[in-house]
Amino acid sequence: MASILLPEVPVPGFSFENSQRNAFLAQKGFPAPTATKTGTTIVGIIYADGVILGADTRATENTVVSDKNCQKIHYLAGNMYCCGAGTAADTEMTTQSVSSQLELQRLHTGRTVAVETAATLLKRMLFRYQGYIGAALVLGGVDRTGPHIYCIYPHGSVDKLPYATMGSGSLAAMAVFEANWKPNMTEEEGKKLVRDAIAAGIFNDLGSGSNVDLCVIRSQGPAQYLRTYEEANVKGKKQGSYRYPLGTTAVLKQSVIPLEVTSVTVTASPQPMDVEPSHSRR
Amino acid sequence: MSILAYNGGAVVAMKGKDCVAIATDKRFGIQAQTVSTNFPKVYQMGPTLYVGLPGLATDTQTVFQRLKFRMNLYELKENRVMRPKTFSAMLSNLLYERRFGPYFIEPVVAGLDPVDNQPYVCNMDLIGCPNEPEDFVVSGTCSEQLYGMCEALWEPNLSPDELFETISQALVNAADRDAISGWGAVVYIIEKDKITEKHVKTRMD
Repeated sequence: MASILLPEVPVPGFSFENSQRNAFLAQKGFPAPTATKTGTTIVGIIYADGVILGADTRATENTVVSDKNCQKIHYLAGNMYCCGAGTAADTEMTTQSVSSQLELQRLHTGRTVAVETAATLLKRMLFRYQGYIGAALVLGGVDRTGPHIYCIYPHGSVDKLPYATMGSGSLAAMAVFEANWKPNMTEEEGKKLVRDAIAAGIFNDLGSGSNVDLCVIRSQGPAQYLRTYEEANVKGKKQGSYRYPLGTTAVLKQSVIPLEVTSVTVTASPQPMDVEPSHSRR
Repeated sequence: MSILAYNGGAVVAMKGKDCVAIATDKRFGIQAQTVSTNFPKVYQMGPTLYVGLPGLATDTQTVFQRLKFRMNLYELKENRVMRPKTFSAMLSNLLYERRFGPYFIEPVVAGLDPVDNQPYVCNMDLIGCPNEPEDFVVSGTCSEQLYGMCEALWEPNLSPDELFETISQALVNAADRDAISGWGAVVYIIEKDKITEKHVKTRMD
């Protein structure tokens, strides 16, 4: 029996309390619906001074575009980011969980965490769940041993590559890389190449679309997240207005709940945390 | 047939200028048979925070109760109201915990942030992947129709009155093309000094 003095300890891990019911429903002809997938183009390359990650911004539920501008480049730590393809919730939650473990590791050791560490945490998590967590990841970052790009598959296998692509648009993007990638590119060349690879996915793969996001992680200084680096498909301006005149909708009854507007002014005195924020600790 | 379409229902939320609106239909059915016409799927979770839980009705009610419980604990512990973004994170975690045996609901969150009064809308899939766009979110059995209506009708910076007209027409016309949604609708317009609840007249067939 839980109380304030004796709080119930929450059980860690996934809950399977609905599984029996859901299996019964599936047997009765109501199969479980599909979750949002990010039919995606995600890429990463190593260039002269670090790594560049790229992603499109479309999320789909079957053939319906459920988000036209979603973020697929996830923060892991100050020196590394991770692109996610596959089941959207899985990529989101897996990267959040690993990001938190990496921050604890950084505070524990007082050093910049190696990209290898993140790759290991991710592959262990995914291997443990035998591919049922549908996350296909491109991990990129820099540490004291240099720039790294890792490709992590849903079943937990890992590729360490100089340039990598993932998702449904990976073939289109890889075609661009195979044609034009070379070692020691400048940052401008690298950004152009990643943009071209993502654009190839956006225009040739139906599961990818909307804008190009980039993230440049240099060997020195904080990572530069270029959200909407390029709007690959600019929407035309609406020519007319389809607005309904006020009073079109018939209202049967209405009620107004007034709210007390309390303007509480809280002046926060600066309280520095006794740990350094992630980006400054490189 | 998908279990998400067992009871029917639709929810939509839109941002306006310094206001936000959320609307729901009122039908509760068992497949094609309408059982009740007074079953709104939108609940008030805070002074300016609403959540819509369309999908399997049993899970609508269970998830609402679980959310209310977690929210009460948060507010007792923290002694402040929950921000919409925090609420979304809580809901997302609740759903993802059941990743391999999910609740069959696709939630919509709408609210004004109690700190900076910014409008907020968010929807999720059934395992809690959040989506926070700048314009509108839809969910339920006529979500495709709603996407079409909202994409055509929504404009930036709508006033509360214009927003009511836009969201009502979007919901009513989308639900008219769906046999298992409709039968009345409720619209909530959330502003920083008041909340207006309007029951909209719709076709009852």
